[in-house]
Amino acid sequence: MLAEIRLPSASPRVLLPAAALVAMLVLIFAMEPRAMSYFGLTLLLNFALPAVFAAMAQMAVIAAGDIDLGLGPFISLVNCLAATWLTTRPVAGIVALALLVAAYAAIGALIHLRRLPSIVVTLGASFVWLGLALLVLPTPGGGAPAWLTTLLAVRPPGVPLPVLISILVGLIGWLLLMRTSYGTVLRGIGGNPRAVARAGWSLLGGRVALYTAAGILGVLAGLALTGLNTAGDATVGTEYTLVSIAAVIVGGGEFVGGIVSPAGAVIGAWIMLLTGSLLSFLDISTDWQLSVQGGILILVLGLRALEERPAA
Amino acid sequence: MAADNAPFVRLAGIRKNFGAVQALAGVDLSIPAGRMVSVVGHNGAGKSTLMQVLAGTLAADAGEIGIGGVERQAGYDVHVAQALGIRCVFQELSLCPNLSVVENTRVVHPGLGGFGWRRRCRALIVEALDAIFPGHNIDPDRTAGELAIGQRQMVETARAFTEAGTKVRLVILDEPTASLDADAASHLLRFTEAARAKGIALVFISHRLPEILGHADEVVVMRDGEVAGGGAARDFTEERLVELMGVVREAASEGGRTETSVGALRVEETGAAGRRLPLRLHAGEIVGLGGLAGHGQRAVLQAVFAAAHGRDGHWRVRGSVAYVSGDRQSEGVFPLWSVGLNTTVSRLRALAHAGIISLRSERTLAEEWRRRLEIRTPGIDRPITSLSGGNQQKVLLARALASAADTILFDDPLRGVDVGTKRELYRHVAEAARAGKAFLWHTTENIELENCDRIYVFHRGTITDEIPRAELSEERLIRASFAAGMSDATGMSGAPDMSGAR
Repeated sequence: MLAEIRLPSASPRVLLPAAALVAMLVLIFAMEPRAMSYFGLTLLLNFALPAVFAAMAQMAVIAAGDIDLGLGPFISLVNCLAATWLTTRPVAGIVALALLVAAYAAIGALIHLRRLPSIVVTLGASFVWLGLALLVLPTPGGGAPAWLTTLLAVRPPGVPLPVLISILVGLIGWLLLMRTSYGTVLRGIGGNPRAVARAGWSLLGGRVALYTAAGILGVLAGLALTGLNTAGDATVGTEYTLVSIAAVIVGGGEFVGGIVSPAGAVIGAWIMLLTGSLLSFLDISTDWQLSVQGGILILVLGLRALEERPAA
Repeated sequence: MAADNAPFVRLAGIRKNFGAVQALAGVDLSIPAGRMVSVVGHNGAGKSTLMQVLAGTLAADAGEIGIGGVERQAGYDVHVAQALGIRCVFQELSLCPNLSVVENTRVVHPGLGGFGWRRRCRALIVEALDAIFPGHNIDPDRTAGELAIGQRQMVETARAFTEAGTKVRLVILDEPTASLDADAASHLLRFTEAARAKGIALVFISHRLPEILGHADEVVVMRDGEVAGGGAARDFTEERLVELMGVVREAASEGGRTETSVGALRVEETGAAGRRLPLRLHAGEIVGLGGLAGHGQRAVLQAVFAAAHGRDGHWRVRGSVAYVSGDRQSEGVFPLWSVGLNTTVSRLRALAHAGIISLRSERTLAEEWRRRLEIRTPGIDRPITSLSGGNQQKVLLARALASAADTILFDDPLRGVDVGTKRELYRHVAEAARAGKAFLWHTTENIELENCDRIYVFHRGTITDEIPRAELSEERLIRASFAAGMSDATGMSGAPDMSGAR
């Protein structure tokens, strides 16, 4: 029998979005060669930072077999806190952000202990985040802390900052979730919680760990957004809920079963982001961006169904 | 440590009740190190419950548990059991489908973390697989979900024998050969001898009597939550096992069915793949699907249901079909709806005029069935979840009976329903059959089969016997369930894949 040639982690799940990303970049570079430079890429991918962090946050929740519908407003809330308290009263700001991470851990514990559907709990939480954001900053304004804008203006040699950080985040996520032994157990929770519990692991601990990671990544997404926008807005993050879910799925993840790929989520976030640039280069109104993003999601799921059917 | 002659496991007087149901009524069991004890019994005999108590996943209500010569009953749980080297290969596969074989090995060894864990886990599982199933051809980097069911069973079995930190002292093998082909099964049975030679105690649960008699050292026969007999395996024959497993019960069917007026053929198996007895069901008939749970009965119900909707060529189904599942939480009730809506949902098309449902006739229908089945609820507008389990099951039955379907498929619908309710429902089923409805009834409780006109007994996906009610006896049922007395080659060469039934 012929030995099957297979790279351990480069399954079609990740190869497909990677190919799509390359195709998009080639198309963009063909239309706008100037984008192929250090500054062109920085400009093109600046907003990849919040998108990548948001996708990784969503991925942590999806790894547990849950879904987070409150991520976008959560990012808005972080944005509002960063644009006000973190600038004027840094200590209070840091405490507030730490409390938000703790709140995410508590949501994970609540979902596990009361066996509540995550979709409902996080949807409820999304209104809380929105309400808090409006309390903190009723009208758009404020300003980013100076250190944050400086940090995001760093120009590392050779590789543009958003590319560098995206790769780092993907790599760290891959190491923690796919390579460490506890990461394996965490994914096992999404796959077969009973089996994991029977082997003596705490499901509560696992879910809290994943939700805490999601909270931290959500805070990072909000901070990155603040540094880029240099202002706060209680509704600025709304679309990150759906973009993050789409990024995880387009990047090879599944809604159920703990099937996720950190590298894929980063690629998915880039694809979601680049749809906007691609449309503007094509001279199509960016009003179409959401429709195109949704279309890509449906296309990916459809292709995956085709790919999986013969194997079943 | 214990003296050499003390058994590794000593259970005494183990009792376990689930509500009013007594699952274990004082069971004694001792398992010496280096011996293989086989536990046999029919559905509901208490084998699985006993094994769960031994594995620490279920706490006994009363009784003594001694492991390695030390009394352990207080605080005995799955962690303690694992620390003592007790492993269990559960009947339902407990691998994480999204994790690779290597990663699944890591999940069961909490102490295996740290740098290089992947290499260590791979070495462990590959070694175990090679030792037990030479030539297994399983790539340890594949995810469990990608493997065939037989391969998954091999991984799960091999995983139970891997050692990291604690030594393996006892492995519970619950139907380990159920989805293995003959080759892999014989490899496993040969390996059990090597394991015993190393001093590992084994519990072997199987539905294949020749395997038990040929390989186990000791046999324990369970019946109705008690040990009905046991001893050295060489002193037993298949006949004797079957005899011990079944008791001749007094006929418990009350006001049972005497006359059956058989009508037109409703369901017929046309493409019986390797089945010796094709299944048939006529109008007015109640046909039972018996045998050990998970031997293909559910697959038949699902195939008939699919065929009624034109999706299965192996069955010819005339008339409409309704399905009543025993798994009411996931397959039965609409939990947010009222009792009335849950009853009438199957009949909406008939209740509608020009697409608009007549609320009055819907209420009338719901009230009528509430009265007929005596569903205990203050009103049909109450939420279905306010009802007891038995009454919810009545609503599901009412839904099926109200649907005007010609054939009703029962997938163990009375699981966990109290005896009084069961009797009522038997009466309604008999009544509906007299009115011309046909029933295909899969049940895991043998006593329920007495309500059927004919019974097909399943063993590993094929029908091994067809028993008319007049000839129904516990002994014949058990014999056919274990395919005892038949060569185990009854169309078994192709090792029917039961994955669809799980």
